[in-house]
Amino acid sequence: MSTTTMNIAHDEHRDDQASKLGMWLFLFTELLLFGGLFLVYSIYRNLNIEAFRAGSAHLDIFIGAVNTVVLITSSATVAISITAIQNKHYRLAKNLLWFTILAAVVFMINKYFEWGHKFEVGLYPGGDEFNALPGGERLYFVLYYFMTGLHGLHVIIGAIFIGVVIAKINKGKQTYNNFALHENAGLYWHLVDLIWIFLFPLMYLIV
Amino acid sequence: MENTEQYHKEEHHIISYADNLKVWIALLFLTWLTITIAYITGSVAIALVIATIKAGIVLAYFMHLKFDSRILTILLLVTMTVFSGFIVLTFFDFALR
Repeated sequence: MSTTTMNIAHDEHRDDQASKLGMWLFLFTELLLFGGLFLVYSIYRNLNIEAFRAGSAHLDIFIGAVNTVVLITSSATVAISITAIQNKHYRLAKNLLWFTILAAVVFMINKYFEWGHKFEVGLYPGGDEFNALPGGERLYFVLYYFMTGLHGLHVIIGAIFIGVVIAKINKGKQTYNNFALHENAGLYWHLVDLIWIFLFPLMYLIV
Repeated sequence: MENTEQYHKEEHHIISYADNLKVWIALLFLTWLTITIAYITGSVAIALVIATIKAGIVLAYFMHLKFDSRILTILLLVTMTVFSGFIVLTFFDFALR
C-alpha cells in the first residue's frame, strides 16, 4: 500500500493534450482580439479607400518585407527546434530558440527605426504632421500604431516565453518526451507570425 | 509504472527537418509573390488570398494542426465562423444605414 502511494507521489501529473488545448483556447481569444481590430480596419478602409492608400504610402515596404522575412524565418526556427528536441538534439533545439529571440530583437529594432522616423517628422497621434492630415489618413495612422504596437507587444512577450523554455531545457525540465511548454511557446510564436502575415499586406502593400 | 510509460509514449508525430525547411521556402516564395503582385496589380483581394494560403500553411505544419487531434481544427473553424459572423453583421449594419 505504501509503495503504491510513493509511486503516485513520484509520478508528476501531466496531460500534454489538455495543456495544448488550453493554449489553443487562449490563442482563439487572441485571434478575436486582433480580429476585432481587423474588422475596424476593414470598415474604415471601405469608407476611406483613397485616404488609406495615401496613408500607406508613408510606410517603407522594404522594412515591412524585411520584417516579414525575419518573422517567417523565426517561425521556421521554432518549428525546427521542436523537431530537434523530439530527436534529442538539445543543443540544436536551444540554438534555434536563441536564434528566434535574436530575430525578435531584430524585428523590434526595425520597428524602432520605423516608428522613430515617423515620430521625428511629427507623424504620430497629436503630432503636427499628423494633425495636418485629412481625417481618413489620421484614422489609418491610429490603426497602424495600435495594431502594429499591439503586435510588437506580442513579439516581446513571445521572446520572453521562448527564453523561459530555453531555461527549462537547460534544467532538464523540457525533454524529448516532455516538451509541452516548448510546443505551447511555439504555438504562441506562430500566432505572432500569423497576425503579421495579415498586417503586412493590409498596412504596407496597399499601393 | 508500465501504465505511466505507455501514457508518456502517446503518439507524437515528428515533422522532419527537411519538411520544415520546405515549408519555410514555400512561405518565403509566397511573401515574394504577394509583394510582386501588389506592385503589378495593387489588388488587396489577391494579397488577402495569398495571406490566407500562408496562414493555412503555418497552421497545418508549423502549428501541427494537420497531425494533432481533429478537435483543435474543429475549434479553430468554430472560432473563425463566429468571427465571420461579426464581419457579416457589421458590414450589413454599415450597408443598410
